[in-house]
Amino acid sequence: MTLHLAVALDGAGWHPAAWRAGGARPDRLFTPGYWAELVTEAERGLLDFVTFEDALGLQSSHLNEPDGRLDQVRGRLDAVLIASRVAPLSSWIGLVPTAGTTHTEPFHVAIGIASLDHISRGRAGWRPQISGRPDHVAHFGRRPPFPPQDYSRDRDPVFGEHVLDLFAEAADAVEVVRRLWDSWEDDAEIRDVPTGRFVDRDRLHYIDFRGEWFSVKGPSITPRSPQGQPLVTSLAHDTLPYEFAARSSDVVYVTPRDREDAAAIVESVRAAEAAVGRTEPPLRIFADLVVFLDARDAAGRKARLDDLDGAELDSDAHVFTGTPEELAGLLLEWREAGLEGFRLRPGELPHDLVAITRSLVPALQNAGAFRTAYDTVDLRGRLGLARPASRYAKAS
Amino acid sequence: MTKQIHLAAHFPGVNNTTVWSDPASGSQIDFDSFRHLAQTAERGKFDFFFLAEGLRLREAKGHIHDLDVVGRPESLTVLSALAAVTTHLGLAATVNSTFNEPYEVARRLATLDHLSGGRAAWNVVTSFDAFTGENFRRGGFLDEADRYTRAKEFLQTARELWDSWASDAVAADPESGRFLRPGGVTPFRHQGRHFDISGLFNVPRGPQGHPVIIQAGDSDEGREFAASSADVIFSRHSKLEEGRAFYRDVKRRLAAYGRRPEELKILPAVTYVLGDTEAEAAERAVEIRRAQVSPQTAIYFLEAVWGRDLSGYDPDGPLPDVEPNLDEGVSKGHAAFRRDRGELVAKWRALAEEKNLSIRELAIEVSAPQTFIGTPRSVADVIDHFVQTDAADGFIFVPHLTPGGLDDLVDKVVPLLQERGVFRTDYTGPTLRDHLGLAPRTPNRIEETS
Repeated sequence: MTLHLAVALDGAGWHPAAWRAGGARPDRLFTPGYWAELVTEAERGLLDFVTFEDALGLQSSHLNEPDGRLDQVRGRLDAVLIASRVAPLSSWIGLVPTAGTTHTEPFHVAIGIASLDHISRGRAGWRPQISGRPDHVAHFGRRPPFPPQDYSRDRDPVFGEHVLDLFAEAADAVEVVRRLWDSWEDDAEIRDVPTGRFVDRDRLHYIDFRGEWFSVKGPSITPRSPQGQPLVTSLAHDTLPYEFAARSSDVVYVTPRDREDAAAIVESVRAAEAAVGRTEPPLRIFADLVVFLDARDAAGRKARLDDLDGAELDSDAHVFTGTPEELAGLLLEWREAGLEGFRLRPGELPHDLVAITRSLVPALQNAGAFRTAYDTVDLRGRLGLARPASRYAKAS
Repeated sequence: MTKQIHLAAHFPGVNNTTVWSDPASGSQIDFDSFRHLAQTAERGKFDFFFLAEGLRLREAKGHIHDLDVVGRPESLTVLSALAAVTTHLGLAATVNSTFNEPYEVARRLATLDHLSGGRAAWNVVTSFDAFTGENFRRGGFLDEADRYTRAKEFLQTARELWDSWASDAVAADPESGRFLRPGGVTPFRHQGRHFDISGLFNVPRGPQGHPVIIQAGDSDEGREFAASSADVIFSRHSKLEEGRAFYRDVKRRLAAYGRRPEELKILPAVTYVLGDTEAEAAERAVEIRRAQVSPQTAIYFLEAVWGRDLSGYDPDGPLPDVEPNLDEGVSKGHAAFRRDRGELVAKWRALAEEKNLSIRELAIEVSAPQTFIGTPRSVADVIDHFVQTDAADGFIFVPHLTPGGLDDLVDKVVPLLQERGVFRTDYTGPTLRDHLGLAPRTPNRIEETS
């Protein structure tokens, strides 16, 4: 079975000083050509999909407020629009932008991702993301202030309750989006000239969602997309987000430190699936890794970036430095813990992406562990997920 | 002085202008349809491509209206993809200011401006109806009276966000280690009736500074909003005399805002039909209108005015003899027929009697005829005449067919306008502001102090 490989794209790469590296293109980060080249490179490496990070506020090294730093990449383009911009320039690779569940209207997310699925002919996904940042709340002015984030204090009654709410709201948002994606049956458009009807309105459905945070009537304004249900993916580090993923997602990204930790996390994810009574196919579990890849001394390159930034790279995910062949070995070993795939976060772009596509991928192919050609266009199919019928379609 | 004409292409929308029953009618959702129409418009050197928006499916008699095209994609997502398959064409999105927030809309439009190299435009629309609100967190929260105050404040807030990044804020200089220049990003703070927000915006200033702003309101308030804030008016005044009156009225309002007449382009939305002879064009025009007004659409058309179910009436028979129910609104999600229905019924009855018209014939007779009907030469003449005599600065063409509905306009009429020297033979700059002859928004650079 082929391993699944995704790449997470963000700015100049995942090292905060990556933009200062020799091969970086920091003056092009906000141009379409930059993103087109990265996605084309990822597709050349036959990767399953790329993800695009996003947030409704300026990047900051602080959890709760801006950091005022001028020496790191600041500024981001809207991820759904980047994905859409590169869709006509690619043919196979999945496109998975981040969009928020805390401040963004689920209706807008639903039609944006469905449109991306139409444009890309079935290659769209979505990474729903909560935002607990107090400074971002003030960009909208619509909700009461958020308490400061401190994840070491998740048993704190106020903060703990707040995080529970954000995840519960996120689960509602995904439920609304998924219902909207199903609100048009596949054959709703009939163009029946004798009766003068463009659609059969019996195949369009109100979703009538009522929740604690919002109510949404439906149906969507966008016809059902090629995949029906674009791929939903989420990042998770703990029980609460594992349960969110088990309720809402098709793919979950986790952050093990080593193979043993990977096995423990896989067990926790499977337990979360049982706890929420998941009936969908099991979550595809991907491990996230930050990677610095060179034929020699990747660690030295990473250390030089650390020096430039003035601090050692701090990451929620395991940081790998080494040769592509060593990484191939590690992926194959960790995979034994029950992982279906990996989402690699290139430390430096395009350097580490090119190392993935031109060195890591051939190494995995030589081991018989990675595809040598794309076989399906649609992203669900690539991950072995069937195209679901609309939940509103009457069984016939 | 000869005025230069501005042209825009409207993707066929969800009303009965769009003929979906024609065998040549293609998909309303497939990206290839959008690509075809946009590339046709760019071949014709059009200023921009325009997408409308509606955030709830239209309803009639408590059901989803099924007689017209139903369904469309999210505007900005499609336009961003179109930026990849066009090089100069402006890309205009209709985005509602009622069911969105300034931070998000400002960053999505700035993103489109970056991803298209300076071709983004925003048609700022407002709605107040609880009907659309049912699809959103806040529901129907806005009074009709407040929709322009919110729209104005929304646009003002978006401009503050765009201006919070200096045009040269991104230094990206590895030598000095400065990604941002000091003072390049200024915190924003907006406190107003509709928005009370503060913080840091997170998209660098786009190539145009601000995207081109389009406005379509027609009321006194709407015209004032356009005069104060818009670069383009999407106008519904497509007849010569009323076009001139509207043009005079709106251009006159500009001085109060310190703006010159050429800083606001007035573009009526128009339809057209071409033929090799005038007679052939007229004949085609009637055929198209018959296709636009199906028997079922004719009944629906009358129901919207009568305020009752008329499904028992024969579309090929005489007008209903029942009196209209003026208390009852039948259709939701579109703006037509909100007023004066009683008068209209009386007028239609008189007309039907005089010309001996059936329901369907009446509906065809009184629904809007195509704006320009004729040979390529006569249509080019009329377009030029409208513009040179100040009934418009150009037009937004609404084709009746997806996606080939502008093919003949671009192939046959545009060359005649170019021959006359009233329409560009090639783009002279990369941005939509260049096409429209609008100055870039204030460069907004950092003052060098050291």
